[in-house]
Amino acid sequence: MTQATLTTKVALKINGVTVEADMGMTILQAAATAGIRIPTMCYLENVSCIGACRVCLCEVEGARNLVAACSTPAVPNMKVKTNSRRVREARKTVVELLLSEHAGDCPTCDRNADCELQALARELGIHENRYEGERTHKSLDLSTPAVLRDSGKCIKCRRCVSVCAETQGVGALFPQGRGFDTVIGPAFARELSTVPCVQCGQCAAVCPVGAITEQSHIERVWDALDDPNVHVVVQTAPAIRAALGECFGCEPGTLVTGKMVAALRRLGFDGVFDTNFTADLTILEEGTELLTRLKKALVDKEDVALPMFTSCSPGWIKFAEYYHPDMLPNLSTCKSPQQMFGTLAKTYYAKKLDKTAQEIFCVSVMPCTAKKFECQRPEMFDSGAQDVDAVLTTRELGRMIQEAGIDFMGLPDEEMDAPMGMSTGAADIFANTGGVMEAALRTAYEIITGRQLPMEKLHIAPIMGLEGIKEAAVTIEGAVPAWSFLEGVTVKVAVSHGLTNANKLMELIKSGERSYHFIEVMTCTGGCIGGGGQPRFCTDEVRKARISAIYREDEGKSLRKSHDNPAVKQLYEDFLGQPLGEKSHHLLHTRYTPRVRV
Amino acid sequence: MAIAENGTCTCCDAPTEEDLLERLKAFLEDYKNTPGALIPVLQITQNLFGYLPESALKLIAERLDKSFSEVAGVVGFYSFFSTEPRGKHLVRVCLGTACYVRGGKDVLDALKGSLKVEVGRTTEDRNFTLDVGRCFGACGLAPVIMIDDNVHQGVKPTQVASILEQYREGGAK
Ligand code: SF4
Ligand code: SF4
Ligand code: SF4
Ligand code: FES
Repeated sequence: MTQATLTTKVALKINGVTVEADMGMTILQAAATAGIRIPTMCYLENVSCIGACRVCLCEVEGARNLVAACSTPAVPNMKVKTNSRRVREARKTVVELLLSEHAGDCPTCDRNADCELQALARELGIHENRYEGERTHKSLDLSTPAVLRDSGKCIKCRRCVSVCAETQGVGALFPQGRGFDTVIGPAFARELSTVPCVQCGQCAAVCPVGAITEQSHIERVWDALDDPNVHVVVQTAPAIRAALGECFGCEPGTLVTGKMVAALRRLGFDGVFDTNFTADLTILEEGTELLTRLKKALVDKEDVALPMFTSCSPGWIKFAEYYHPDMLPNLSTCKSPQQMFGTLAKTYYAKKLDKTAQEIFCVSVMPCTAKKFECQRPEMFDSGAQDVDAVLTTRELGRMIQEAGIDFMGLPDEEMDAPMGMSTGAADIFANTGGVMEAALRTAYEIITGRQLPMEKLHIAPIMGLEGIKEAAVTIEGAVPAWSFLEGVTVKVAVSHGLTNANKLMELIKSGERSYHFIEVMTCTGGCIGGGGQPRFCTDEVRKARISAIYREDEGKSLRKSHDNPAVKQLYEDFLGQPLGEKSHHLLHTRYTPRVRV
Repeated sequence: MAIAENGTCTCCDAPTEEDLLERLKAFLEDYKNTPGALIPVLQITQNLFGYLPESALKLIAERLDKSFSEVAGVVGFYSFFSTEPRGKHLVRVCLGTACYVRGGKDVLDALKGSLKVEVGRTTEDRNFTLDVGRCFGACGLAPVIMIDDNVHQGVKPTQVASILEQYREGGAK
């Protein structure tokens, strides 16, 4: 038998097997390293552990009471039993009590077959209701466009509280009241619309049960598909192709682009297009905007708002409107790719078909719930109608494919339609934290110097990966005459994901501790691949798998720089004129509104 | 100086909510960067206003950089915090066993109807707060209600309106 020789390792016995854990690990983590599963409920990676639910109870030799594995440190020579009769009985009681209060009806619940409470009941072998308790009451909160709450189904695990406060820096949800009557919700258990929720849906992504979900647009979309008088087009965000497969049992990180296109055709969409197309377009508009701001600052010595922030992520936009209204001039005026697509579908594309904006119904499939909020903002009607009519999350698309009886895994790979289905690898990486920045620099560097970004595989390594705040600097050498004022300038950029990190970055900037030219902010951890509308359940491991899938998609493309997209070039020639031109200004750019926080 | 029960000075006009919010702002300056300040600040605020008005809670959330939901959650967790203004007179109905069996519940219903408020609530004119209690030690003459420090015994639902009348502005105390 080996003895832990270094102080950084802890040797303990779990179920009679010696496990070498890192110092500081909990029993839960130590067990996981040895491949031993301990069921959990309230535990959530990356936020503080509250040890509230007691589902993870284990027996430790010498301890009188059972301990919570998620919040008990593994110490040397500890002897843990994770599956004794006593442990099983105790866990069972905990879950039976949860079930006895739970006001849910599984067959009609959004989470049926995808519910952690259901799964636990099965795993723990619960076959009857031994306890009959007072049940919570069904109480629907439909007050916001993106997020739907039913506190009747809430089991008070508080994962949503942690994610909203700690990861997103919003704190919209908090336990209200006490005892049995506690409601996990907004101030005074009022509606979500009364607090500054940014609609990111991270609460819905971590909720183990059906207590927080997205506002469904599925019926709207079926209605449009069944209406012979409307031409229904669909756009899919870059992050969908790396996650949709999970709805059909694929491993996280499986790319299903071709099958997704085939499924959308079989659902009856008249045009199957790509948000990637307008992601490429965003790079041209936003890149030009950045270079214009830099020129104004460096050459014309004008007072312009720098650093410039990206504006693709609607949760971040709403967050900035509430929490950093003084920085709104620093946000790029570019609409998000979803909204650029909607406007162009109902103008440029409609004109090609000789249709009016009203005759086109534009659906988007997004990894994001905040996109449901964004599409109904009053600024998003530039085509003369609501530019994007319905937004499906990845989960909702998965469900529609199932409802239609399509055998997803048996589908052939198909290609998107032209012209708005054309895209480059630079657009794919919009899905990842750091991706928009990388795409922008691939194009900006080439515009400024006439040469390709001098990085291996065109990737900017320091801004890839799951670090919360990332930085990079690119020094311009050999600028072409038009951009000679940038010769020798070191362009400094930063990237953040998770809104708490955006707050930290903002503090660094406001205090003068750091200065940058351009900053990418994404609302969700990992970027869109970790969005609030993606298949559950998203851990860092899942995020990493999706991120590398997206880079694979990018690297597999023959065109990997947005300015090389021939369909985008055509769009400028036929319709828009030039980046930041008059037409772009009207159709592709927007404005922001300060909002009151309390 | 004359100090009334709710802590306001009676030798001059009662301060308005705006005046009190200004005073609260001054306090909040001192607590701005203090960890764990929320509960003491809420206590000060309750003493200042007599209860925790929403305007004050919003100000606290803003100045202490907390979410309004968190502030509301903390207020709701502790029973000594109240978001309901206290009326000039506190009306309490005994629901102890003796009072209950002799019609305490009917008296309570009559009070609810007459004051047009639920238990725990204060009338629009802030004259009365309605509450319930368990045994005021006068069971022999149940049902009993207590208004401020006065015990009214053997109350019938039909008498409720005239009893309240005594406590209204200009009425005999
Ligand atoms: S939350 Fe889970 S257990 Fe509850 S009704 Fe829905 S599926 Fe069933
Ligand atoms: S949608 Fe986002 S901001 Fe709103 S309550 Fe959920 S986690 Fe918080
Ligand atoms: S809403 Fe969901 S995540 Fe939040 S406490 Fe309830 S069960 Fe947990
Ligand atoms: S998962 Fe350990 S106490 Fe909830």
